[in-house]
Amino acid sequence: MVTYLIRRLIGAVIMLLIVSMATFAIFFLVPQIAGATPEGMASRYVGRTASAEDAKIAADRLGFNDPLVVQYGRFIKGIVAGAEFDYGPGVEQCPPPCLGYSFITRQPVWPDLLDRLPVTLSLAVGAAVLWLIIGLSTGVISALRRGSVFDRAAMTLALAGVSLPIFFTGLISLLVFSYGNPFAVFAQGGHYTPITENPGEWAYNLILPWITLAFLFAAQYARLTRAGMLETMGEDYIRTARAKGLIERTVVVKHGMRGALTPIVTIFGLDFGLLVGGAVLTESTYSLPGLGKYAIDAITNNDLPKVMGVTLLSAFFVVFANLIVDLLYAVVDPRVRLS
Amino acid sequence: MSAETTPSDAFLELRDLRIHFPTDDGLVKSVDGLSFRLERGKTLGIVGESGSGKSVTSLGILGLHNRKNARVSGEIWLDGAELVSSTQEYVRGLRGKRMAMIFQDPLSAMHPYYTVGNQIIEAYRVHHRVSKAVARKHAIEMLGRVGIPNPAQRVDDYPHQFSGGMRQRAMIAMALCCDPELLIADEPTTALDVTVQAQILDLMRDLQRDFNAALIIITHDLGVVAELSDDILVMYGGKCVEYGTAENIFETPEHPYTWGLLGSMPRLDRESTERLLPIKGSPPSLINIPPGCAFHPRCSYADRTGGKGSAEVPELSEVRGGHKVRCHLPANERHAIWESEIKPVLEAQ
Ligand SMILES: Nc1ncnc2c1ncn2[C@@H]1O[C@H](COP(=O)(O)OP(=O)(O)OP(=O)(O)O)[C@@H](O)[C@H]1O
Ligand code: SF4
Ligand SMILES: [Mg+2]
Repeated sequence: MVTYLIRRLIGAVIMLLIVSMATFAIFFLVPQIAGATPEGMASRYVGRTASAEDAKIAADRLGFNDPLVVQYGRFIKGIVAGAEFDYGPGVEQCPPPCLGYSFITRQPVWPDLLDRLPVTLSLAVGAAVLWLIIGLSTGVISALRRGSVFDRAAMTLALAGVSLPIFFTGLISLLVFSYGNPFAVFAQGGHYTPITENPGEWAYNLILPWITLAFLFAAQYARLTRAGMLETMGEDYIRTARAKGLIERTVVVKHGMRGALTPIVTIFGLDFGLLVGGAVLTESTYSLPGLGKYAIDAITNNDLPKVMGVTLLSAFFVVFANLIVDLLYAVVDPRVRLS
Repeated sequence: MSAETTPSDAFLELRDLRIHFPTDDGLVKSVDGLSFRLERGKTLGIVGESGSGKSVTSLGILGLHNRKNARVSGEIWLDGAELVSSTQEYVRGLRGKRMAMIFQDPLSAMHPYYTVGNQIIEAYRVHHRVSKAVARKHAIEMLGRVGIPNPAQRVDDYPHQFSGGMRQRAMIAMALCCDPELLIADEPTTALDVTVQAQILDLMRDLQRDFNAALIIITHDLGVVAELSDDILVMYGGKCVEYGTAENIFETPEHPYTWGLLGSMPRLDRESTERLLPIKGSPPSLINIPPGCAFHPRCSYADRTGGKGSAEVPELSEVRGGHKVRCHLPANERHAIWESEIKPVLEAQ
């Protein structure tokens, strides 16, 4: 178990390094291959308003003429120890962990990300709770009452859920629930109140995005759970459980669901990791100031350091979620732990 | 259960048990009018090829068929109580406690996510209001009894950490942990290799003696039940085609199908693929059971009953002293065939 844990941890660290290299390469190497000069890079970096000469100086000072390895090393060092960006006219401080410095807003990226993270986390956690409750219970009931009216209705709805794009369901729920009609009891989006300030308002403002996001995932999880339950309830060990004289509820919950839900742990971990990295579409639809919206805005403004910072953070969440999933899996499936 | 049925005085008695499954392709008559009696301390071997309805019968006795897709009729008497007409809750209370089952493939029959001990403890605690610690002690004791070395440590192992033979021992421990009066073993050795098979059969014989349970051993191999069984029931196409003591079946078998089974018994001293008198053809479809004698398309003697074999279902009739057979051939003709055509071939090898 301990060696398994250590192996996974080392794997995760290596994965993070690879991801950071890839991200770095995409933002620095690829533009240069495509013909961008260090000056061009620098002007994209510090903003287009700078004169050609300023850009040249900036490129030099920011180190865009150094070999890529050196630049990458400097970037990693910035994350660990902080960095200074000397672009000519002045020096900008970027305290650790320095994930880059935006010359457009004249702010380091990391505090921005920290600001946005609670919004995305709130969205992801709330939606996840909703979709797990709805998706898993629907899936289990559908499987146990296979072919019933409930099963058919739920699976038709679930099929719609997995097929419709999120901006569509998002717009529909905005229309239904918010724009001057009897159901207009929910906020129209664009507002966010921290849970520490006012939990009621926090939930009220998030309920529509939660429902939108949860619907999509609940649909997918209901289908997965149903398929998993149908498979496990046909297993020999279920027959054994019944042969022991267990009551049906114990058979279903302790033996059936335990077998059916274990693989779903994996899928959930990855989905959740991706979501925390930025629920781009939902946040855009509801103008929620989370990481996804941040990324979109940064791309629109051509604010390279921001885009890179948010990309790295998302990648970190995915790798981290992977790690958690691996460890969780070892806890729930003894065959993994011991092999 | 109709009003006039008389309660059975046997420990276990099946009367005209029928288990049919309506499917999209038609009605599957997996068990079609099966009757037998079994007393405590006795062993019944049920023998037949794949698909003859052996497993469906045993699951039926334990009440494990889903009443939504299985039509069960007839009577199952266990110690004076009729089970087919009883509530599901009543039968559930008997399962694991008074009647238990050992399955063919112990790896898939055990839950991969729970320890062996955990699964035995669970089986014990369904029917006994005891603490986990007490149940655990009992589980360790049971594991020791079925010959698992170091039971106090192995109790915390997961099924995949056990070898095939040990898993089957653990299954037996699980089945016996509530001291059942009826134990059904459905092909308990089929998934094991030959040396382990013999050990498991020895173990079952010893335990049955200790527990004085009624034992049903289900197999497609007459060799498995030869030493263990008091009585043997040969099943074909959901019906009993021959029933008698082990001596009856091995010394004076009456049914052509039983002859086939005897001829296709694998021998330890022979190449196992070599069969003396293989049964030609394959088992019947239970949706379209051949008319008349279900065995007639495969029977070498079908032409000796003047077409009756394909027209009329033979009755299960008594030859002598409880030995019954379902065949149109006159008794003297059967004996003549056995003595002159079959027995010499079987003995020659
Ligand atoms: N739930 C079910 N629905 C439809 N048909 C079924 C069902 N369960 C069993 N059967 C059919 O009943 C027949 C008898 O099956 P059974 O499992 O009793 O055979 P068996 O004698 O145990 O064979 P084997 O030696 O292969 O275990 C098979 O043809 C099987 O397809
Ligand atoms: S009744 Fe006829 S076909 Fe059937 S087993 Fe006897 S001889 Fe063969
Ligand atoms: Mg079977």
